[in-house]
Amino acid sequence: MAEENASRQYVTEEQLVYARWLDVGMKMGFVLLLLTFIVYLFGLAPAHVPVQELPNYWTLPVKEYLEVADVHTGWSWLSLIGKGDYMNFLGIAFLSAVTIACYMRLVPILFRNKDKVYGVIAVVEILILVLAASGVLVVGH
Amino acid sequence: MLRFRLPPSVLIPLFLLLAGILIAGDGVAAEEVAAATAPPVDQGWVMPWWGWPLVLFVVTFLLGIVAVLGGVGGGVLFVPIVGGFFPFHLDFVRGAGLMVALAGALAAGPGLLNSGMASLRLALPLAVIASASAIVGAMVGLALPANVVQTALGATILGIVVLMWLAKKSEYPDVPKACALSTALRINGIYHDAAANKEIDWKVHRTPLGLGMFTLIGLMAGMFGLGAGWANVPVLNLLMGAPLKVSVSTSKFMLSIVDTSAAWVYLNQGAVLAMITVPSIIGIMLGSLVGVRLLKKTKASMVRKIVIGMLLLAGSRALLKGLGIWS
Repeated sequence: MAEENASRQYVTEEQLVYARWLDVGMKMGFVLLLLTFIVYLFGLAPAHVPVQELPNYWTLPVKEYLEVADVHTGWSWLSLIGKGDYMNFLGIAFLSAVTIACYMRLVPILFRNKDKVYGVIAVVEILILVLAASGVLVVGH
Repeated sequence: MLRFRLPPSVLIPLFLLLAGILIAGDGVAAEEVAAATAPPVDQGWVMPWWGWPLVLFVVTFLLGIVAVLGGVGGGVLFVPIVGGFFPFHLDFVRGAGLMVALAGALAAGPGLLNSGMASLRLALPLAVIASASAIVGAMVGLALPANVVQTALGATILGIVVLMWLAKKSEYPDVPKACALSTALRINGIYHDAAANKEIDWKVHRTPLGLGMFTLIGLMAGMFGLGAGWANVPVLNLLMGAPLKVSVSTSKFMLSIVDTSAAWVYLNQGAVLAMITVPSIIGIMLGSLVGVRLLKKTKASMVRKIVIGMLLLAGSRALLKGLGIWS
């Protein structure tokens, strides 16, 4: 703790802001993940794939799983959000989006501090993560 | 004798998970199945549906303890062990592995950044390269046949075993002169080292080579669903010359960026199953909490040998499974 406090004086403004956003986002994501999993586990919402049948599905390659479970790629899981199993994707997607939000908060600070190179790096990172999140990247066998 | 008490924050989710799995059992009402035809039932399957998730939770809880004590990320143990010894397809195991590594990095990130041990300036340029290549790795991994990925995973894990066995660490590497790129990017910092009771002023060199290495690291992280801390730390510490504490902390924080890109690919391709992913995340995180409590009471070198032994077994299993020798 003493080490942390002593080192904190050297931490940049943008790093502290990033840490604060990451902390809040991470906690919200974990709460969401836990709550939706409880809903799923206790059968409070019907599951798209009944839990008793899961052992028949989790052995399949993802492409076959998508076919037999009638699930589509990309953001189509949003249409199944009322189902217990896909409700969990809210927490998972939230956790996967936290870093993007942190970077978005970082960009104006970097440009305000005239740290243009890092500002551009942050923008490029956002574009990469948004591209990954967009679902436009298709994997074909 | 080791004695410790688990806090309510650990016990409550643990209880809920176990209770939920046991209560749900066969009592879940008939649910809507979107599929017109379910796949044929595997004749070899005898365990009730909740058996494997329960075993998975227990195993990931133990992995969480061992990972902390052994100083490795959860992902590097999770993927080969769960992929090798559980019935889940490797696609879902890798998806869960990435989420496990991501969750651990997100949880650790704020503390590491606030303390100044992790460096945003060091992480950002490297992460942009690694996260882009992680997307490529994830897409390649999902496109390749499972046995090819399994074989490559086994070979990689065995390579990690060699790396862990042979690689040295340097507390304060000697960096005579910062390279031109790191000077231009102002990749340097200061932190207070309590053990040495002094301020450590650090800089890095060989940044272009480091960027090249992170391209490969990102590729493997995405392809195999591994956290890649095992590779980040040697590159940051031994190659680029960042102090060990800065390397370990920045590596852990970087996983929250790099694994995010690959995790989105797996999520959008449907390679994430909640019943595999969520118990794994909860198990690893609860195990990590216990591991931290045990850290002061265990002999690090012994645990490290156990971790290397586990990786050797899991890597051999993955390799032999991929080659069709040990199915």
